[in-house]
Amino acid sequence: MKLEQLYQEIILDHYRNPHRRGLREPYDAEVHHVNPTCGDEVTLRVRLASNGSDATVEDVSYDALGCSISQAATSVLTDLVVGRTVQGSLSTLDSFLALMHGRGEVEPDENVLEDGVAFAGVARYPARVKCALLGWMAFKDAVARSVDAANLKGADAP
Amino acid sequence: MTHPLDVGKIRADFPILTRTVRDGKPLVYLDSGATSQRPRQVLDAERAFIEQHNAAVHRGAHQLAEEATDAYESARARIAAFVGVSQGELVFTKNATEGINLVSYALTNAASAGPESARFAVGPGDEIVITEMEHHANLVPWQQLCARTGATLRWFGVTDDGRLDLTDLDGLVTERTKLVALTHQSNVLGTVNPVPTVARRAREVGALTLVDACQSVPHGTVVSGRVDLAALGVDFAVFSGHKMLGPSGIGVLYGRRELLESMPPFLTGGSMIELVRMEGSTFAPPPQRFEAGVPMTSQAVGLAAAVDYLTVVGMDRVAEHEHALVTAALDRLSAIDGVRIIGPTAADARGSAVSFVVAGVHAHDVGQVLDDAGVAVRVGHHCAWPLHRRFGLAATVRATFYLYNTLDEVDALVEGVRRAQRFFGVDR
Repeated sequence: MKLEQLYQEIILDHYRNPHRRGLREPYDAEVHHVNPTCGDEVTLRVRLASNGSDATVEDVSYDALGCSISQAATSVLTDLVVGRTVQGSLSTLDSFLALMHGRGEVEPDENVLEDGVAFAGVARYPARVKCALLGWMAFKDAVARSVDAANLKGADAP
Repeated sequence: MTHPLDVGKIRADFPILTRTVRDGKPLVYLDSGATSQRPRQVLDAERAFIEQHNAAVHRGAHQLAEEATDAYESARARIAAFVGVSQGELVFTKNATEGINLVSYALTNAASAGPESARFAVGPGDEIVITEMEHHANLVPWQQLCARTGATLRWFGVTDDGRLDLTDLDGLVTERTKLVALTHQSNVLGTVNPVPTVARRAREVGALTLVDACQSVPHGTVVSGRVDLAALGVDFAVFSGHKMLGPSGIGVLYGRRELLESMPPFLTGGSMIELVRMEGSTFAPPPQRFEAGVPMTSQAVGLAAAVDYLTVVGMDRVAEHEHALVTAALDRLSAIDGVRIIGPTAADARGSAVSFVVAGVHAHDVGQVLDDAGVAVRVGHHCAWPLHRRFGLAATVRATFYLYNTLDEVDALVEGVRRAQRFFGVDR
């Protein structure tokens, strides 16, 4: 496996020009995730539109410190989930997780993962999988908290 | 120094150094600071012990039990001699981390262990002093000790050039100080700390000292050759087997005899007792008091073989060799635009760990490009997160050298860093 297969142009593009970077208001939940083995961190906010089963992801904003793989993966994440239903975004997340945990044996579906297919090579480097998943796991956590917060508000309503 | 060591001959003793990685590239192993490779002599010693003498030590009266006990205690004696202490002062632990925890829990237990242990008791108003350059292993246990006992944690800072800031030595180490714990040689910066100076001040105020010797005992110093723990003037020291050509799963705690004799145990159970009744127990003298359960025997034998190996090569020659490698690495890495060395840039009072960052390329990515060329380095915070924060960094690339590394491997590192710059488009 060549270095170029790991660091595909798509990854380097997202790394150099990350999408939706920066922390924005308003948001429903903010999480801070770290990768304890390397010290990389991400602060990530999620804003949902409406709630219940038709909730959609209105915005994902973030501030991250990390390697090209983790920065690019978070950038790609925002492309894939913003504007989607919460359920749809979590299903895409499952596909990305399956790809990353596939040790290079999983064939990615470009229709589902779009630019995310570029990370297929990362799955061959077990030590880098956590880099690619840093932002994604933060998103999963933030969505769960946003949904919980929405449910609480719902419960408080008269 | 008589004559330099024969690297080619040494490399022939390390089977792993002949393998290739990442599609046929020769392995350039620059991660001995994390774990070192083992020579055939160490593996042979372990195998011979297991094939001929294996039994549980310090129990049983059959011939194998006698031979195993002899092998274990002979290992202790040789390792103790290697670091200039007596064998009764040397406790085998699982690793260096366990050795530090052993002391921190002995201090905790001292409060309830009777009058002979009173001098170890820690409580509110007492202070533990560490440094900002500690490995987490010599940091978190002391935070936890303070949390358990109400003592206060204080620490020495680090100067911009990566040296221990001792300007406030007398203000930090005072009558309130119970224990000072510091590293002999930083696993990130390479800095060799003036341990005797700190130990002298600690003695003045009646504080104990513990030195983390994980990065010094394996490598020696240019000045003294092997590290003599007794000469450092410290009360406790720890080091680990796997960083000095020995097996993993064995570490060493040195404690001054007089202290070990009055210190309460940490782990309790079999092997460490004197007398057991249903109502209560008394404990064996040291070092057995601190070695509960059936100990790791073949690992002790392997570590003693590693010590024998290093002794034959000569620690003065090991240190000289590493000094030449680190001098070259510092020179050649510093010559690259965009590379910043974290730690002393001159090779004096310095070991062979070289950590650096490359402008515009994250340490992980530098490491990946190096790995692609077969060069194995460490990337991340190297279990010294507060130290990285001190320098405003999340991660660095770290190369560490040992007796089997060559100047050509320094060049491979330097070329790999240039390639990373080219690959990520930050070369100038």
